[in-house]
Amino acid sequence: MSQPTAVPSRPDAVPPADPQELAAALEATGYLPDEGLATAAFLALAMHRPLFLEGEAGVGKTALAHALAQVTGRPVHRLQCYEGLEASQALYDWDFGRQLLHLRAAEAAGQGGDTATLEAGLYDRRFLLARPLLQALEDSPSVLLVDEVDRADDEFEAFLLELLSDYTISIPELGTVRAEIPPLVVLTSNRTREVHDALKRRCLYHWLEHPDFEREVAILRRRLPQVTEELARQVARATAKLRSLDLLKPPGIAEAMDWATALHTLGARELDPDTAARTLGAVLKYREDTDRVHALTRGALFG
Amino acid sequence: MTSLAFAAAERRQRDVVEVVLGFARTLRHAGVAASPDRVEAMLAAVGHLDVLDPGDVYWAGRLTLCGSPDDLDRYDAAFNAYFAGEAPRRSRTSSTQEQRLAESAPLGATDGGGTESEEEAPDLKAAASEAEVLRSRDVADLTVAERDQLRRLFALLVPAAPMRPSRRRRPDHHGGVDMARTIRHALRDGGEITSLRRRRPRPRPRRVVLLVDVSGSMSPYADALLRFAHAAVRARPASTEVFTIGTRLTRVTREMRLRDPDKALAASGDAIPDWSGGTRIGEVLKAFLDRWGQRGTARGAVVVLCSDGWERGGTELLAEQMVRLHRLAHSVVWVNPHKGRAGYEPLTGGMQAALPAVDHFVAGHSLAAFEELAGVIEDA
Repeated sequence: MSQPTAVPSRPDAVPPADPQELAAALEATGYLPDEGLATAAFLALAMHRPLFLEGEAGVGKTALAHALAQVTGRPVHRLQCYEGLEASQALYDWDFGRQLLHLRAAEAAGQGGDTATLEAGLYDRRFLLARPLLQALEDSPSVLLVDEVDRADDEFEAFLLELLSDYTISIPELGTVRAEIPPLVVLTSNRTREVHDALKRRCLYHWLEHPDFEREVAILRRRLPQVTEELARQVARATAKLRSLDLLKPPGIAEAMDWATALHTLGARELDPDTAARTLGAVLKYREDTDRVHALTRGALFG
Repeated sequence: MTSLAFAAAERRQRDVVEVVLGFARTLRHAGVAASPDRVEAMLAAVGHLDVLDPGDVYWAGRLTLCGSPDDLDRYDAAFNAYFAGEAPRRSRTSSTQEQRLAESAPLGATDGGGTESEEEAPDLKAAASEAEVLRSRDVADLTVAERDQLRRLFALLVPAAPMRPSRRRRPDHHGGVDMARTIRHALRDGGEITSLRRRRPRPRPRRVVLLVDVSGSMSPYADALLRFAHAAVRARPASTEVFTIGTRLTRVTREMRLRDPDKALAASGDAIPDWSGGTRIGEVLKAFLDRWGQRGTARGAVVVLCSDGWERGGTELLAEQMVRLHRLAHSVVWVNPHKGRAGYEPLTGGMQAALPAVDHFVAGHSLAAFEELAGVIEDA
């Protein structure tokens, strides 16, 4: 489900002194935050408070968690939420197959008689499968990314609340696991449903906007160095225009990057109406939106 | 640190606390729920940043005191007002809204119908049959006293939620094998699996979204419809959403969660800025789908639109948005109070445009019709 990524590059002992320093460090990894986001991330680190990020899809909520992991040199543990997510997929699960095998082996070795010892042996750490939340606590210090928390159902929120208040997990058969250093928790939401106030109250809340023109050009240039400056500017300008068109799904920065990559792959050095029309599928994901943009005078959009 | 410097520092600290508390008060007047624990978090956040930098103070407050995008505009306004030294201004006075609610929605009004209530003699048998008659009478034609009586009958309405299978499972005699319980059970027999434990999906309530038209042409029915919405929210608070539509979209789910129906309606009345105004169903429906529906509120839900279909503007937008809604929702129910009248034909432009995308077209003019509506929602 999740794998520790990111290579330790810096000891955790030197946290950034102010938001500007953190912003500079994030920029070095290729993530360009604005003032508010840098302050939010700085406070999350300084206050050990979870960071709750909301915003349109594709504005860089998930990417921030990965960038922060790189800056702090911590591993990322990602929990992708979905409806019906259960504790056994989020926290831990017992490895039943191996437990059964252990039982049979014990039986074959002739120590099957004493049930109590046998059962105690069954609930050993080596039979425990750690899921993202437990991994994040055991692998301290770490970054815990709880992605799209709005997709999980409300029972899961209540459960998350408990974890985020004291960063411990108690396993009845084994004991309590506590994080030495609280993990940096990043929760993201696309706002498909209102997340409960009790959970938000424990977090720093930040609403992510689409980047402004200059920042978007800078992001495109930084993330896609192979794309020419001219193309990046044109893509950013066209994307901004698309966002103002009141579409079903306005393109995010992720779509702008896809588009620039698509154009570059086709060998385009600048955006002309013809290539734009052919690659529109990289930015617009609804037939209604595509029809609408096609209906508009192409020159007005991609001039 | 000398004692003098220390005292100065302490004074400054106190000043910061006072300023932040004052700001939180202003913010609460502006409608952002800045609870004490959030204020405490803001103080802690300011402590990590530069108190004298307005930008830092702005972000410290915004990150800790706000909880939704709706809060952000109010926060910005309150921040400017407070730190620019302007006096905070209450956004709306509640009394005028209550007045409007009482005028257009006399169903909840208890007094003022003296003569009529005297005419109706308190004969028990008669009262029982009256209740029966009342159930099927058109809400718009009732006297004040009859409305009062009907209001009590509304309290008995418990709309059941439609169900859908969930991904969570519960133990059952049929279904897939539950490994965890099977093994745990096997331990009792020394590791021998003697019987398989099974589990199957647990049903969960499907989301119900009610969109209630509160425009002028619907005002005789708006109160009854909101009471029905309150009964639905009370029955399933977590899976029911209520919005009002008129010239704009207002979410009143939070207000509807108040237990007392009269308080819930009064609170909703405060929240609705376009009570008894015109209708732009197409535009408002688009706003609903953009801001809520497409993100998930309408996905797989039973969406109930309560309106007479009077559309001010053209009907193309309404038709287009209804098709969009129909694609997202599990089923679309349209409640039109006029449908209860004998000889009604859906001739208004809005109704004509909407009907192709409607699964169930029902009346909503009397209590009996509301009971029927509850059944339609449950089976939708």
